Amino acid sequence: MTPLHLCLLLSTGLFCIGLTGALARSNTILVLLGIELMLNAANINFIAFWRYGPASASNDGLMFVLFGIAIAAAEAAVGLALIIAVYRHQKNIRLQEATRLKG
Amino acid sequence: MTVALIFIAVLMLGSAATAMVLRNLIHSALLLIASWAGVAAFYLWAGAEFVAFAQVLVYVGAISMVVLFAVLLTRQNLDDRQPAEPASRARALAAVLIGASVAGVITATVLSTSFKPSAAEAPNATVKQIGLDLMESHGATLLIVGVILTVALLGATVIAATDKKSDPEDAQ
Amino acid sequence: MSALPPAGSFLERAPLELRDAVVQVLPVPVQWLAHHLITIVAVLAVFGLFFAFTTIAERKLLARLQNRRGPNRTGLPRFSILPWHLKHTLFGLSQPFADAVKALTKEDIVPAAADKLLHFLAPVVVVAFSLMTFAVLPFGRFLIPVDIDAALLYFFAAGSATELAIFMAGWSSRNKYSLLAAMRALAQLISYELPLILSVVPIVLITGTLSTQTIVVAQGNWSFGLLPHWFVFTPWGFAGFIIFLISALAESNRSPFDLPEAESELIAGHLTEYSGFKYALFFMAEYFGLTALSGLGVTLFLGGWQAPCAFLEFIPSYLWFMLKLIGMIVFFIWVRGTLLRLRIDQLTRLSWQFLVPLALINVGNAAFWSLTSGWSGPLQLVRWGVSLAVIVIPFIAMGRTLTAGFAPRTYRYAP
Repeated sequence: MTPLHLCLLLSTGLFCIGLTGALARSNTILVLLGIELMLNAANINFIAFWRYGPASASNDGLMFVLFGIAIAAAEAAVGLALIIAVYRHQKNIRLQEATRLKG
Repeated sequence: MTVALIFIAVLMLGSAATAMVLRNLIHSALLLIASWAGVAAFYLWAGAEFVAFAQVLVYVGAISMVVLFAVLLTRQNLDDRQPAEPASRARALAAVLIGASVAGVITATVLSTSFKPSAAEAPNATVKQIGLDLMESHGATLLIVGVILTVALLGATVIAATDKKSDPEDAQ
Repeated sequence: MSALPPAGSFLERAPLELRDAVVQVLPVPVQWLAHHLITIVAVLAVFGLFFAFTTIAERKLLARLQNRRGPNRTGLPRFSILPWHLKHTLFGLSQPFADAVKALTKEDIVPAAADKLLHFLAPVVVVAFSLMTFAVLPFGRFLIPVDIDAALLYFFAAGSATELAIFMAGWSSRNKYSLLAAMRALAQLISYELPLILSVVPIVLITGTLSTQTIVVAQGNWSFGLLPHWFVFTPWGFAGFIIFLISALAESNRSPFDLPEAESELIAGHLTEYSGFKYALFFMAEYFGLTALSGLGVTLFLGGWQAPCAFLEFIPSYLWFMLKLIGMIVFFIWVRGTLLRLRIDQLTRLSWQFLVPLALINVGNAAFWSLTSGWSGPLQLVRWGVSLAVIVIPFIAMGRTLTAGFAPRTYRYAP
C-alpha cells in the first residue's frame, strides 16, 4: 500500500461522498456542494499523482489543480446565481420542482 | 507521515459525510468549509504549498462566502431545517447504492494496479518555478481561464441581479 | 554594504542564541517541538503586550486629539501583604490589565436561542486566523517565525479566513439585526480584499518573489548612504502604499470604515450578543489584524527591518521594525480620530469604483518602471515623471468624476 494508493483511496472516498450527496438531496445548494466535493476529489487525485506518480520532474499536476480551483470557483458562482434566480421564480429551491423550461 | 495522512483523511471525509447528511443547511455549509480546509491540509502534506494557500484563499475565503450568502438569500422558513420528504427516502437509498458501487469499482481498480515507483522527493514547486510554468508552458491556458472567470462572473452578476429601478433618493 | 557592524552582530542574533541555548538543554526528541514552541510563545508574548499597549495608546491619543486626557486613574493594585499602598496612578498605563480582569470576570451571556457551538467557535476562529498571519512577518534580520516561499499568499489566505468567523458570529446569535450587520461587514471585507491584494502585486512584480524576507532584503540599498530605497519612495510604491493603507483600515474594521461595529449602527453589529471575554477576544482579533496588516505594510513598503540611513545600522533590526510598526499604528489612530465614518454604499463605491481601477493602473505603472530600469541620467527624470503622471492624473480625474458634488442649495426660513 504505497502512499499513492492511500491518496487515491482518499480521493475516491471524497468523490463518492460528493456523488451520494449530489444524488440524494433535494436542496439545490446541497447538490452544488456535492459537485464541489467531487471537483476537490479530482484535484486531490492530481496532486497525488504529481507527488507520488511515476517519477517525472514536471509540474503539470500542480498547474491542472490551480486551473481546476479557478474553474470550480467560477462554476460555483454561476451555479449559485442560477439558484438565486430559480428561487425568485418558484419561491423555494427544491430541485424536483424545477421541471419546466418555460418560466 | 501516514499518521498525518490518516488524521487529515478522517477530518476531510468525516466533515464531508456529515455535511451531506445534516438537515440544517448552514451547518452543512460550515462543515463543508472544514472539509475544504482538510483538502488544503492534504495539499500541504503532499508538499504543494502554493496550491494549499490558493485553496484556502479561494475556497475558504471566497466560495464559502458565496455559498453562505446564497443560503441566506434563499431561505424558505426561518429556522433552516429542511423538511424530510417521504419520496426522498427511496432516492437517498438509491444514491447510497450508486455511491457505494462507484466506490467499490474504483477502489478495486486502484488496489489492483501497481504503479511505477515514485521519486523520493517532491518535484520543484518553488513559486518561481510555478510562475515560469504558468507563463511559459501554460500561458494560453492562463489567458483562457482568465476569460472564463471574467465571463462567468459577469454572467453570474447579470443572472442574479434584480431589475429594480434605483431609488430617486439614493445619492448619485 | 557598509563598514559598520556586520550582519551577524551580537545584538541581531541575541534572540536566536537565547532560543538555541534553551533548546540544547532539552532531550533530542522534543527539540523540534521546543524550538517552535519557544518561537510561538515569544511572538504571542510580544504581540500580546503590544496589543495591550496599543489599546491604552489609542485611548490616550484619541483623548488628546479630542482635547481631553485619556484614562489616567488605574494605578497599582492594592497588595494585601504590603503595610502601605503605593498610590501613584502610573498615568493610566495599567488600564489594559484592569480591562483584562474586567473582561474575564464579566458574566458571559449567551442568548437562549443562539446556536451554542457556533457562538462559542466564532471568537476562537477569528483570533486563531488573525494570529496565524504573524507567522510570515520578518521581525528582524534573522527573526522570521516561518520562512515560506509563498509567504504573501499565506498571509492573505489566513486573513481572508477571518471573514468566516464574522459570519458565524452574526448568524449564530439568531438576531435579525446581527445577521444584517454581519452581511454588511462581509460585504465591506470582501470589497476591500481586492484593493489590498492588488496594491501588493506591484511589489511582487518588481522583486519577483512572494517571500517577505526577500522583499525586505531587496529594499536594502541607500543612495548616497542617506536615502533608503524603500518601495514607498518610488511612485508606484507610494500609490500602492496609500491604497494599502486605505484597504488595511477597511479590512480591520477601523474608522473611518468601522460601520460593522460602531455603536450607533445596529447596536454593535455582529457583536451584539457577545459579552465579557468573547467580546474581548473579538476586540483582540481586530487589533491583531491591524498589527499584522501594519507589519505587512512595514515589510512591503517601508523597508521592514532596514535602517533608514546606512550609519544607523548598529541599532538592531527588530527595533527598527518595532519603531516603524508603532509609527504606522499611531498613524491609524490619528486617522481614526480625524475622519468621519463612511456609509456602507459610500465605502463599497470607494472600493470598487475608485481603488480597484487605481490599483490596476498602479500595476501597469510598476511594469513600466521595471521595464525602464536601464534608463539613467536625464532619462531617470523622464522615468519618474511618466510614473508620477500615470498615478496622479487618473487619481485626480477619477476623484473629480466620482464625487457626488453638492446638492442644490436650498434656503429654509422660519415660518
